[in-house]
Amino acid sequence: MAKKLLLEKAHIEGIRHFDVYRKEGGYAAVETALKMDPAAIVEEVKKSGLRGRGGAGFATGLKWSFLAKPEGVPRYLVCNADESEPGTFKDRYLMEFLPHLLIEGLIISSFALGSNRTYIYIRGEYAWIVGILEQAIAEAKLHGFLGKNILGSGFDCEIYVQRGAGAYICGEETALIESLEGKRGNPRIKPPFPAIKGLWDCPTVVNNVETLAAVVPIINMGGEEYAKIGVGRSTGTKLLSACGNINKPGVYEIDMTISVEEFIYSDEYCGGIPNGKKLKACIPGGSSVPILPANLLLKTAKGETRYMNYESLSDGGFATGSMMGSGGFIVLDEDQCIVKHTYTLARFYRHESCGQCSPCREGTGWMEKILQKIDTGKGTIADIDLLWDIQRKIEGNTICPLGDAAAWPVAAAIRHFRDEFEWHVNNPTKCLTQNYGLAKYADALGLSA
Amino acid sequence: MVKFSDDKLKEVQSMIDRYPEGKQKSALIPLLHLAQEEFGGWLKPDTMDYVASLLTIDPIEAYEVATFYSMFNLKPVGKHVFEVCHTGPCMLNGSDNILDYIKSTLGIEVGQTTSDGMFTLKTVECLGACGYAPMMQMGMNYREHLTKERVDAIIDECRNEK
Repeated sequence: MAKKLLLEKAHIEGIRHFDVYRKEGGYAAVETALKMDPAAIVEEVKKSGLRGRGGAGFATGLKWSFLAKPEGVPRYLVCNADESEPGTFKDRYLMEFLPHLLIEGLIISSFALGSNRTYIYIRGEYAWIVGILEQAIAEAKLHGFLGKNILGSGFDCEIYVQRGAGAYICGEETALIESLEGKRGNPRIKPPFPAIKGLWDCPTVVNNVETLAAVVPIINMGGEEYAKIGVGRSTGTKLLSACGNINKPGVYEIDMTISVEEFIYSDEYCGGIPNGKKLKACIPGGSSVPILPANLLLKTAKGETRYMNYESLSDGGFATGSMMGSGGFIVLDEDQCIVKHTYTLARFYRHESCGQCSPCREGTGWMEKILQKIDTGKGTIADIDLLWDIQRKIEGNTICPLGDAAAWPVAAAIRHFRDEFEWHVNNPTKCLTQNYGLAKYADALGLSA
Repeated sequence: MVKFSDDKLKEVQSMIDRYPEGKQKSALIPLLHLAQEEFGGWLKPDTMDYVASLLTIDPIEAYEVATFYSMFNLKPVGKHVFEVCHTGPCMLNGSDNILDYIKSTLGIEVGQTTSDGMFTLKTVECLGACGYAPMMQMGMNYREHLTKERVDAIIDECRNEK
């Protein structure tokens, strides 16, 4: 059984409420942290090796140390709860079942960064979670863990929950800040980075829900102990949300030492693929990271076992590897159509493009239309090349990473499954009623569920 | 002319108080949500103008935001809005079949409202419920693990609601 640092107490009855959470040892980390020097907390987070859990995997302690501290200017901490990457639903789980864990992490992080007004920006569709969080905040305040002079430390802090209104782009930190300021979610040009000029032009740190919750065990056990869990630069535990064609979809906490194969087939996690079907492909870290055929998913190009951690999942670069991303693990069985699946993702990115940069605004629309054409048997071989050309022209040519996020799934689908795209072109009628199947990809491995 | 009740105006003020002085525009999205709930499920130009006036911002600033975010309705909708997710993970779990079933059961296409004004059908992109697919949003809640039987039960539930 893997070590659990975040979800260990998720199933305790009443853990959503302050009294039970407190009885189970909750808010001890706040008591410890408020007696520390804020800079020492940042040091502990640095030592822990914690990397941003939203998708980018940037070192959290380092991000915190960039925060500017000009005299007389407020600083802000904003929690990014705009979870919208297809395949990702881990933050929702954490907020729904362990709201106090997030609030506790937020209080410690606010103290470390000097934020007296902290905001949780939550995607608008998670409407019912707003009430759960607001209740946790009210309870924490009632018990003196929020408000003025917390536990006699002289530190004041309020936490507010802000609902978005349906826009994937607001998960990008500068778009989130724009949205929190009451504007359209158009990402800003960086630099200046939010650490210098963020919310209302003040120094701001934006961190993902899971990242901020992880600060609690880091304070409780110390950064060095936290760093001993996991492997290499993948320290601590990671929440994964598994979905698609698996027996046990859900949210799992892993310590990043298990293999991809164990994660998919073990009863402790995904529990294998339903109906004895074979594994065809998988997107291991949210819809924007490259899809991998079964053979490259379970083993690297060098034939080594692939593990569920940042380094191993990206082994081989985009040519033969993928990314840990947000931990949104999407499994496709042998009956799934890569063209159709890629089309739905392209449609998603077209819908979510904010429209600021023409390569993304126009390119995502083109990719969607061409993929739909190929999916419905009306495509040509030249369309596949055009698709490749468009994604190349989007990648790296936009203000924010949404352009890359839209380009990568299309690129990876063509890179690894070009045969299937060509089969659609060459079998315009058959492709409407039949599947391409596994063909030479997963079949070559002879894997059975 | 739309106007919030005194109770709602108190709620508006508490929303504005979440931000530093002079940053009341930050309350725009929360206020548009509140206005949409209060004034018929969609944002008429009058409603947006009213929200802008409460925040002492120009009406165009409210229009800009209302047209950007997918949760704001700029046209009237039915009493119950079915927002069915059809992005990758839901598609892998049969969202197309659910969508077809709802269309045939209600006799409407995506984007349409039934003639009795009861139901509006929409498709949406990923709502973060991929492990509980197929799913749809209905008001403030999610309806997950959809099957034809569950869809029937939800429609009955809506029809029987007073």
